[in-house]
Amino acid sequence: MHVGRSTPRKEGRSKVTGQARYVDDLALPGMLHGVTVRSASPRGLIRDIRYAPGIPWDDVVVVTAADIPGANVVALINDDQPYLADGRVNHAEEPVVLLAHRDRSLLEEARRRVTIEIEPLPPVYTIEESLAAREIIWGTDNTFKKYLVSRGDVDAALADAVTIVEGEYETGAQEQLYIEPNGMLAVARREDGVTVWGSMQCPYYVHRAIERLFNLPTERIRVVQMETGGGFGGKEEYPSILAGHAALLAWKSGRPVKIVYDRAEDMVATTKRHPSRTRHRTAVTKDGRLLAMDIDFVIDGGAYSTLSPVVLSRGTIHAPGPYYCPNVRVRGRAVATNVPPHGAFRGFGAPQSIFALERHMDRVAAAIDMPPAELRRKNFIQTGQTSAVGQVMRDPIDMPALLDRALELSDYHARRARFDASNAAASLKKGIGFAAFMHGAGFTGSGEDHLASVVTLEATVEGRVRVLTSCTEIGQGTNTVFSQIAADALGIDVAAIDIVQPDTASVPDSGPTVASRTCMIVGKLVESAALNLRTTLDGAMGGNKDFTSACREYIQQIGPLRASSQYHAPAGARWSDERYEGDAYGTYAWAVYVAEVTIDMTTCEVQLDDFVALQEVGRVINPVLATGQIEGGVAQGIGWTLFERVVWRDGRMANAQMTNYIMPTSMDLPPIRVFFEETPYEHGPGGAKGIGELPMDGAAPAIANAVSHAAGVSITEIPITPERLMALMEIAVA
Amino acid sequence: MTRLLDALRDLHLTGVKEGCGEGECGACSILLDGRLVNSCLVPLIQAGRAVIVTIEGVAQGERLHAVQEAFIARGGAQCGICTPGMVLAAVSLLERNPHPNDAEIRAGLAGNLCRCTGYMRIFDAVLDACRRLDNDSR
Amino acid sequence: MRGYFPAFDLRAPKDLPAVLRMLADEPGSWRPFAGGTDLMVLFEAGKLPPGKYVSLWGLKELSGTVVATDTVTLGALTTYTDVLAHPVLGAEFPLLCRAAEQTGGAATQNRGTLGGNIANASPAADTPPALLVYDAELELISARGSRRVPYERFHSGYKAMDLKADEIIKSITLPRGRGSWIQAYRKVGTRKAQAISKICFAAAADLDGQVIRDVRIAFGSVAPAVVRCPGVESVLRGRTLDDKLPAAASLALEHDIAPIDDMRSSASYRLHVARNLLIQFVSETLLRRTH
Repeated sequence: MHVGRSTPRKEGRSKVTGQARYVDDLALPGMLHGVTVRSASPRGLIRDIRYAPGIPWDDVVVVTAADIPGANVVALINDDQPYLADGRVNHAEEPVVLLAHRDRSLLEEARRRVTIEIEPLPPVYTIEESLAAREIIWGTDNTFKKYLVSRGDVDAALADAVTIVEGEYETGAQEQLYIEPNGMLAVARREDGVTVWGSMQCPYYVHRAIERLFNLPTERIRVVQMETGGGFGGKEEYPSILAGHAALLAWKSGRPVKIVYDRAEDMVATTKRHPSRTRHRTAVTKDGRLLAMDIDFVIDGGAYSTLSPVVLSRGTIHAPGPYYCPNVRVRGRAVATNVPPHGAFRGFGAPQSIFALERHMDRVAAAIDMPPAELRRKNFIQTGQTSAVGQVMRDPIDMPALLDRALELSDYHARRARFDASNAAASLKKGIGFAAFMHGAGFTGSGEDHLASVVTLEATVEGRVRVLTSCTEIGQGTNTVFSQIAADALGIDVAAIDIVQPDTASVPDSGPTVASRTCMIVGKLVESAALNLRTTLDGAMGGNKDFTSACREYIQQIGPLRASSQYHAPAGARWSDERYEGDAYGTYAWAVYVAEVTIDMTTCEVQLDDFVALQEVGRVINPVLATGQIEGGVAQGIGWTLFERVVWRDGRMANAQMTNYIMPTSMDLPPIRVFFEETPYEHGPGGAKGIGELPMDGAAPAIANAVSHAAGVSITEIPITPERLMALMEIAVA
Repeated sequence: MTRLLDALRDLHLTGVKEGCGEGECGACSILLDGRLVNSCLVPLIQAGRAVIVTIEGVAQGERLHAVQEAFIARGGAQCGICTPGMVLAAVSLLERNPHPNDAEIRAGLAGNLCRCTGYMRIFDAVLDACRRLDNDSR
Repeated sequence: MRGYFPAFDLRAPKDLPAVLRMLADEPGSWRPFAGGTDLMVLFEAGKLPPGKYVSLWGLKELSGTVVATDTVTLGALTTYTDVLAHPVLGAEFPLLCRAAEQTGGAATQNRGTLGGNIANASPAADTPPALLVYDAELELISARGSRRVPYERFHSGYKAMDLKADEIIKSITLPRGRGSWIQAYRKVGTRKAQAISKICFAAAADLDGQVIRDVRIAFGSVAPAVVRCPGVESVLRGRTLDDKLPAAASLALEHDIAPIDDMRSSASYRLHVARNLLIQFVSETLLRRTH
C-alpha cells in the first residue's frame, strides 16, 4: 500500500537538481519577448496613444484592442473584462498596448516611450465608497453579486434577545507572492492555431479563454502547463490574460512570443486576495447559546467581476462557521472598485469571513463572561444537524474532541491563566488564542456537477500506467498523491505510474486545480479509473498474470488499454442554485488552531511563540506532503495576519517590491506543530478529504485572539502591524 | 552591463531562477568563489576568473548531495522554484557550520524566501542532511 | 527588470590608482560601484541613473582590516561577513556586529560593504548608527591625495555627503578602548530578517558608578540622514542616573530627530518607538547595570 505513506515527491529529483523546466527556461528559435503597456490612471477615457521617437518602432510588434481577431473579453463568469482596454480604463495598470521585440532590454525602453492619454473620471477605491454608489462604475449599483442566506427568524430573535453583541471586522488585500512570476510562451498562426506553454493552475480555463479571444475551433488550441512555481490561486484565472496577450503578439508577428512578468509587474498588475468588511450582530443567551447570527459580508472585487461571485459564495457559506444556530442571516455582496481585479487566493473568501466570525466569537464570550472555549463547545454543529444553507451534516463530526485535543497540545488553559496573572506589569505581554473552523472541499454547490470532470488512465506494453488529467502539480503534490492512489487501486508499485504533463491536446478536462478538489474529487476519479482499468485487464487476461505481462498481452492481443472515470455527485446530494440552498459541499475538513504570542511593548511587535494546527481531513494520503500543505498554509495565514500589507496609493499598489511587501522569512515563523485526526470520508480516494485551503482559514483569527488576549484590546482588523497595534493601545490607555 | 544571472541562464544553467531581481528572494543564489551570492545583483564583470557553482553542479553525476537527498525525503521542496537557491544556501551553511542549531539554520536560510512550505520541512531537511553527511564521513 | 543594460557602462580597472585616475579625468561622470546590493536593486526598479560606473569590487587597497593599538581600520570593501568573522570586532564593537548580522541574509552579507552602506547614504542603513556611536572616522581618497573626516560630519542631509566627485571612501577607522562602555543596538525592521529599518537605535555609555561620564546616542530611519543625538547626549552627559533622567532624555529627543510617514511606517510610530528605546536604554540597560 502506498496511501498513508510518505512516498517521496514524484518530481522531487528534477526540482532539487534544477532540471525542472519552468516557462522562463524555454526558448524557441526566432522568439520575441513581450511587454505590456498599462494605464497610469485608475479610471477614464482613452483619448490617444502616442509612440515617442527614439525606438525603431518599425521593428517592434504593437498590438492594441483593434488587433483582436475574436472577442475582446476574458471568458470566465460575467465576461466583463477586456483583454486590452478599448476606449476606457477601469483600473490603474490595466493593459492597453502590447509590444514585442527580440531584445528584452530594448522593450523596457520602448514601454516607457508609449504614452496613453486618459481623460480622467472619478475613481472609487473602497468598499464604503462603492456601496455609497455616488459614482456608478459597474452595472447599476456597483455590485457584482449578492447572496442572501436566511434561516429561521433573525429579526424576531434579535428583538427578543437580552444580549446582542455587535462587531465590525476588516481584512486587507494579500498578494499570492508565488516565487515564480507569471509567464507564458505562445505560438500562433492562422493556419495552425494557437499553442501556449506556461505557468498555470487551470489549462482548460486558458484554453476556453483563448478560444473566445481568437474565435477558433477548440481543436486548434493547445495549452500546456510547464512546471509551475507556486500558484495559491494567483495562477487560477490570471494566466488566461497573460496567455492571450502572448498569443496576440505571436499572432500578429508570426513569431513565438514569451512574456514573463518581472516581480514589480506581477505584484502591481495581477490579482490579490479580496479585501473584506464583515459586520456581525449576534444574539446569545446568558448561558452561551447562540440565538441569532446576523452577518453582513462584503468583499472588494476590484474593477472587473472575474471570480468574485464564487469567492463571495464560499465566503458567505463559511461565514456562520462550524456552529449550529436556529436563526441565521448572511447577506453577501461583492462590489466594484477602480483597483486591479482581486481574485482567487487559497481559502477563496472563507478566510475573510472566518476571521470575522472567530474574532467575534471571542467577543461574544467576553460579553457574557464565559471562557471562549466554553462558548464554542456549546454551539458546535453536530452530525445530523442542518447548516445555515440547509445542508444536513451526514458525516461524523466531533469538534468538541478536536477542541480538547488542540487546547491540550498547546497547554492552553494553564498558559492563559499564567499570562493573565503576569501580563499587567510586563513589558513583554503574552497571549494565547484559538480559532475553530471548517472548510468545504471541492466546488461550491452544483459546481462539480457542471464541471463533470474526467480522468483517463492508460497502460503501456512495459506495464507502466499513465495518468491523464488536467490537474496541475503546482507544488502541492498532485503528481505524488495521484501516483499513490493509482498504484494502490492497480495493485502495482508507485514507480510504475507516470503523470502525463497537462496538455489540452492530450489530457481530458478534469476541471481546474483549485478549491481543495484535486485530491478529493479528481483523486477519486483517478482511483475509480484505475479500478476500471484493473477490472478490464483482469476480465480479459484473468487475475493471475503479473501486471506487466498482462498489460503487454492485452495491448498486443486486444488493443489500447485505457479506462476513464467521470464525476457524478454522490447519491442524495442536492443543491439549488435558485434558492442557494442545500448540500453546499460534499464534505468539510474541521480544525482548531492555537496561537501563542508575545507583544514587545517597546515596539508593539508581535512574535509568535508557538502554533498548533490540529485538523480532521479524512484519510491522510501522504503525511509529509500533507504536513507541508498545512505548514505552508499556516505560514501564508501568519503573513496575512501580521506582515502583509498592500499599501494603496491612487488605486495602485505602492509597495510592489519584495523588499517592501513583507512576507515571512525563515526567522519570522514559530514552530508550526501539525496534527491530524483521520476520519475516512466515504467518497474520497482512500477516505481522503480536501486539505489545501483549510490551513489558510485559521491563523488569522487564532493570532488575533491571542494578540487581543495579550494586549487587552480588541483586534478587529488585519494585518496587525506594530503601527496599528500601538495606535490601538494608545487609544485604550487614553 | 550584464547581470551574472542572465549570463548563467544564457549558458543554459536555468536552474538559476529569477524570482525578484532585487536580491530579496534568493532564487538566483549561487556560490561565487565559495560564497553564497544573489546572482541578480552581481554584474558579470565582477565575476571574472571566479569559481562558480550553480545548482547544476551540486550533485556529483547521478549521485545527489546529501542536502538534495534530504530535501526530497523530508518534503523540503514543493513548487521547486526556490529550491535551487535554498539547496545552495543550505549547502553553504553546512560547509561553514556542519551542525547548526535551529536558530543558525533559520539565520542561514533567511535570505531565501519560500512561499510554499512555511520552512518547517526545509529546517527538517537541513537537520537530516547533517545526519547524512555525518554518516557519509564515518 | 526595468533597467536598460546598454545604458550602463560598468568598468573594472585593475587597481586603485586606475580608478582614481578615471575619477580625476572626468569628475562626476563615474559613479563608484561596490558589491551592488543597493545599486542593483535600483537598477531592477528602473531607478538607477544610466551612465558610467566604476567597479571597486576586489580592489586590494580598499580591503582588509588593520588592528593597531588604539584603532581598528576597516577597508571600505569590508563586507558584513568580514565584520562577523573578525574576533576583535566581535569583542570590542558588538554594535557593528549586531548591525552586520541583521543586514539582509547570508548572500547580502557576502556582498554588502561598509563603504557602500555609508556612500549609499540611506537614512535607513543599519551600520551607520553603530559607526556614529563608535566615533568612526573616514579616510577619503582621490588622485589629489587623501583626507580624514569624522563620520559624524559626513552626512549633511538626505543623500547629501561630504564626498567630492573624484573621491571615494578608502577606509573606516574606529577608536579602541571602549570595551567597558555599556552598549545597546536595536533594529526595528519590517520583519526579523531581510528587513529595512523602521527605526534603528545604537547607544553606548561610559559609567562611573551612578554617573554617566560620557554617552553616544544614534538613530537611523528617523531623519533625512542617520543622526547622532546631541540634545539627548547633553542631557545625559555628566548626570547621575535617577528616575527622572529617562523622561528628560525623551523630551530632548524630539529636537534631535524628525521622523516621517512612508510606506514602511509612520512618523508617530517612529517617534514613539524611538522614545521607548531611549527610555529603555536609560532606565533599564543603564540603571540595571548600576544596581
